[in-house]
Amino acid sequence: MAGLGGGPAAFGRCTHAVVRALPESLCRQALRRSAGPEVDFARAEREHQLYVGVLRGKLGLQVLELPADESLPDCVFVEDVAVVCEETALLTRPGAPSRRKEVEAMKRVLESLNLNIVEMVDENATLDGGDVLFTGREFFVGLSRRTNQRGAEILADTFKDYAVSTVPVHDSLHLKGFCSMAGPNLIAIGSSEAAQKALKTMQQMSDHRYDKLTVPDDAAANCMYLNIPSKGHVLLHRAPEEYPESAKVFEKLKDHMLIPIANTELEKVDGSLTCCAVLINKASEL
Amino acid sequence: MLCLSVVTMTTEVGSETEVKKDSEQLGPDKAKDKPEEASETPENQKSKEASSEEAQDSSLPEPTSQSSPSSQKKQKASPESKGISRFLPPWLKKQKSYTLAEPKDEPKKKATGEEQVIEESESQTPEGVAQPRKSLEEAAENHHNAKADDKEKQSVSSAETPQLVKEDGKEMEVEKVAEKKEENEEEKEKRETKEVQTAEIKTDDIPQKSPKKIKTVQCKVMLLDGTEYSCDLEKRAKGQVLFDKVCEHLNLLEKDYFGLLFYETSEQKNWLDPSKEIKRQIRSLPWIFTFNVKFYPPDPSQLTEDITRYFLCLQLRQDIVSGRLPCSFVTHALLGSYTLQAELGDHDPEEHRRDYISEFQFAPNQTQEMEEKVAELHKTHRGLTPAQADSQFLENAKRLSMYGVDLHHAKDSEGVDIMLGVCANGLLIYKDRLRINRFAWPKILKISYKRSNFYIKVRPAELEQFESTIGFKLPNHRAAKRLWKVCVEHHTFFRLVSPEQPPKAKFLTLGSKFRYSGRTQAQTRQASNLIDRPAPYFERTSSKRVSRSLDGAPMGISDQSLRDFSATGGQAAGDKIIDTEAAGQANLKEGGREDGSPVKTPQLELTQDGKINSLRVDGENIYVRHSNLMLEDLDKTQDDLLKHQASISELKRNFMESTPEPRPNEWEKRRITPLSLQTQGRHASRAEGPCTGVSNADKSSHETLDIVEEKKQAEFGIEETVVVDETNKGKMQVATDAGETCKVEHLSKKDSSSLPSDSSSSSSSSESEDEEVGEYQPHHRAIEEVIREEQEEEEDMKRKEHEEKIQHVEATPEGSKLNVPVEHTQVTAEDLVQKNTVTVATEEKKLSEEVKQDLGQEKEEEQLKLNGDVSHVDIDVAPQLICCSEPPVVKTEMVTISDATQRTEISTKEIPIVQTETKTITYESSQLDGSAGGDAGMLVSAQTITSESVSTTTTTHITKMVKGGVSETRIEKRIVITGDADIDHDEALAQAIKEAKEQHPDMSVTRVVVHKETEIAEEDEE
Repeated sequence: MAGLGGGPAAFGRCTHAVVRALPESLCRQALRRSAGPEVDFARAEREHQLYVGVLRGKLGLQVLELPADESLPDCVFVEDVAVVCEETALLTRPGAPSRRKEVEAMKRVLESLNLNIVEMVDENATLDGGDVLFTGREFFVGLSRRTNQRGAEILADTFKDYAVSTVPVHDSLHLKGFCSMAGPNLIAIGSSEAAQKALKTMQQMSDHRYDKLTVPDDAAANCMYLNIPSKGHVLLHRAPEEYPESAKVFEKLKDHMLIPIANTELEKVDGSLTCCAVLINKASEL
Repeated sequence: MLCLSVVTMTTEVGSETEVKKDSEQLGPDKAKDKPEEASETPENQKSKEASSEEAQDSSLPEPTSQSSPSSQKKQKASPESKGISRFLPPWLKKQKSYTLAEPKDEPKKKATGEEQVIEESESQTPEGVAQPRKSLEEAAENHHNAKADDKEKQSVSSAETPQLVKEDGKEMEVEKVAEKKEENEEEKEKRETKEVQTAEIKTDDIPQKSPKKIKTVQCKVMLLDGTEYSCDLEKRAKGQVLFDKVCEHLNLLEKDYFGLLFYETSEQKNWLDPSKEIKRQIRSLPWIFTFNVKFYPPDPSQLTEDITRYFLCLQLRQDIVSGRLPCSFVTHALLGSYTLQAELGDHDPEEHRRDYISEFQFAPNQTQEMEEKVAELHKTHRGLTPAQADSQFLENAKRLSMYGVDLHHAKDSEGVDIMLGVCANGLLIYKDRLRINRFAWPKILKISYKRSNFYIKVRPAELEQFESTIGFKLPNHRAAKRLWKVCVEHHTFFRLVSPEQPPKAKFLTLGSKFRYSGRTQAQTRQASNLIDRPAPYFERTSSKRVSRSLDGAPMGISDQSLRDFSATGGQAAGDKIIDTEAAGQANLKEGGREDGSPVKTPQLELTQDGKINSLRVDGENIYVRHSNLMLEDLDKTQDDLLKHQASISELKRNFMESTPEPRPNEWEKRRITPLSLQTQGRHASRAEGPCTGVSNADKSSHETLDIVEEKKQAEFGIEETVVVDETNKGKMQVATDAGETCKVEHLSKKDSSSLPSDSSSSSSSSESEDEEVGEYQPHHRAIEEVIREEQEEEEDMKRKEHEEKIQHVEATPEGSKLNVPVEHTQVTAEDLVQKNTVTVATEEKKLSEEVKQDLGQEKEEEQLKLNGDVSHVDIDVAPQLICCSEPPVVKTEMVTISDATQRTEISTKEIPIVQTETKTITYESSQLDGSAGGDAGMLVSAQTITSESVSTTTTTHITKMVKGGVSETRIEKRIVITGDADIDHDEALAQAIKEAKEQHPDMSVTRVVVHKETEIAEEDEE
């Protein structure tokens, strides 16, 4: 059933995923918050392929892979350009001007999926999908350098069924740079002060009580939860090689099917696990 | 002795309150007469004049006891000349002065108000126009109705033009009031067709009416299914009666989730308080209500009966269609499909052709696409019973983020527009559509409002040490109060097991004592577990009508300016009730608006009236200095507000800097105040001081009158003891000392501000801010704190500094006088008095000069001195001064209420407000003046000081008399409080009295006369 029919129980359901190949320009031109080691493109590609492979092969999603666009070095991070909830997709207006064109390809693919598409045309609005945390009950929108109030308002207008609360984000590119949903009622949260502060805000704003899963590393707190009919709770999280302590925390989740994924290269350009896919649930093809 | 007379008069609302404190004892007769005295025109100027006259009279040389008769006369005279006028809207009065001609007896009014009215209107007959007879008669009828129905003043004016009369005839009120139900109904029918006839009939009836008959009013209740329920109610019926009737009509048992609404405007809905009289809540509004869900059950599946869920569904459908409950497209479609399933059953391809769906409304903007989607989904619900479909509907609707959220417009401390949403879990703060904060009930320690400000005090966050108070600005006082009440109710309903007892009502308790009185969710669940009946049969055929009804219902009307709306709203309402003619209404509109003539439907008039009044008031008084609230009401620009704010804060700063805090107030420290709340605690604490002093000093009878300026009591008390034992003096002194020192403390603490607050009694009454304060502590806390908070109103007081200062001056002289005699017992009273007067005079000059120059701070010093002196004196002499053995003061309440049916229990916190009526209440201490029975005494001095503030005019008369070697100072204060409905006059009055007490701690209040004239009832007590 459409609409709210699924409710929180259906949280994480998904049938489709939209991903995008990474352009070589990413290595040099991708936006990054701080200078650091250069991206090993080959390795980055490998990691990404692995990631897509898991979605497609292991989880059985229909993966729609968009071709890379060299003029858009950040195009691999598809999450930022679209927020999809149920049957509605909001095409964002990314905070970084260089990324605004990424939306076009996304729009085409989402249209092909017959989603109700809402475009953010307001020139005062910016929103990165990475700042949008959907918990199944409500939205939290991080107000960051990339996302502003107006963007959040448009999101609220788009997804009227849900409460949309704003959360100031500091010391992180995106809200989801230090948190994500690790289960229907479970927020994975980093240990940094910024992360904890944001969590407090979210807890205060919500009528609902979420469980939290605190991991030592902020970056590791970005994990990817899916609810796959044949597999139950599935959680993609950062590999133990990258964040051993955090991985240990994830490993305590007994009900989850845990899939460690390495993301070392894209992380250098502020990429995270959720960044690289837009998940869509088209279960009820009407 | 102190005679304090406080006159409160409301212009806009038309309420006038007069408080008199006389040292003399007045007989009950006097009390009866009082109402008359007070029946001055609502107009500011007039009342001012009148009051000053009165005041002068009473301050004449006669001994105190005699002065009152004289004032009586005066007062009598004034009503005679003004008589009816109080029932007239001010603009009308100006036009027709003759209406003032009829003298009125208060008692008479009460008993035979109807006849009188008729007479009056008939006396106007000559003026009648085209269809004079009928129209006049109708007017008379209207008169009658108006009176009966709380005397809505509209009616008098109706005589002016036939058109108006006609309209009046149509007006609901008129219909409602028919004497006998049967007749009433008959008449109604007729009226709908032929108004003129009806009017005649009614007129005929009038003479037959006996005042004793129970008057009934017809109520209309818009039900959730779009139908209308009407019934006759006793005029004085409480909300519960109507609510029960409606629920019975609906066959609804789980009724605690529901309530009745009445709309002031399309946006301003008020819940009818079941425990209060309907009439007093709706005031002049038509008796039209809307049955609605009040508390949205978070989990509808826990409701016991399907019929309850059904009504909840109906409510939600309304909410959705009206846009109050926003949904996505998909959800609209889904919910719509359940609606179809519930109402039509399974999709039937035969029966349900293309357009079957268009008859329903599912969304504010329903598109073809949506309808298709609905139809599509409808097919998938095959097999669901209506009850199941409803349940599914609710299961989905309850997850909507705005489900059960009651939104209120507000501004945050920075003036940013936000919305406050009250829901089962707490308070939500929205900016645009975004939730920017949330305060769960457990986090909220206290909810309060003051004027248009709404405050929540929240628990300290984990790492924080202090509680914080967050302030929001609501559009007006009423809105703030409304929000506060909704919060109180929601908190109680959803969080508590059983309702809290309302705070104990003291006579002059400040602030609202409103509490939710119904059952809580827990209780109602328990109760509904006991429901044992077969599921009632009911028909679901609503959604079509829902959509239709929405068109006409008040809420369908789009936003307009508030005032505009009230006019249109009334009309719309009228429309519904009286189906007869739209044409007539058009007429009405034109007549009312375009002609510019005062003629309108009574409702219209009322609103207009209010408007005019308020405008006038605005013009006359200096709102700017008054308060932010007022400023806002006046549509001041933001800049003005800011400036004003700035000046206030400067004042505040001044006084804060200049004063070492005698008693650091923890409570204050805790505040984090966005809206300059910091000063708030002050006033309260100060107030406490003198009070305690007083009570210590004299526990005897004086306290009985809470209204009193009690400092003098100390003296009295002392006297009594002194007589018995001289050694007591010492004791007494201590007591007085305490009082005095308190005062001094305050002074020093507050600098200039202290002055105002001390003397503010009279002036502050005008502010009526206290009245506007409401407080609610979800978690019980020390009462003290509560009180303090309620009194947080210093800002305003500061503004009134000028006036207050003046008054203060007066006060001090008195004190000295009193003291003097005491001190030097052997000195002749006269000498003393004279001396005193001299000083007073000089002082006064000084002060006034200062005032002019705005040298507030200097004054303080002076005053301090004065006070100090006084206090010394007091200590020494006090006992002797009043040493005529005074019987303990007994509080006598003489209540004269023009409408006998009004509640007479005055025991409650406030002086009861009689709506739309003239009411005079006299409280006096039974204590007799020492001189009361004796010689007339000599008038030593008399002075009158008048000060004005925004909505208050204070006239202070100080009379000093020497009788038999004892000097007596009488202060009579007349405070006229004018203001619109947003001012809670009771509280203003209470505040005034309280401050008067504080201001003259060495005096006792002997008499308080409250005279109120109200056009529109105050609902503030709710």
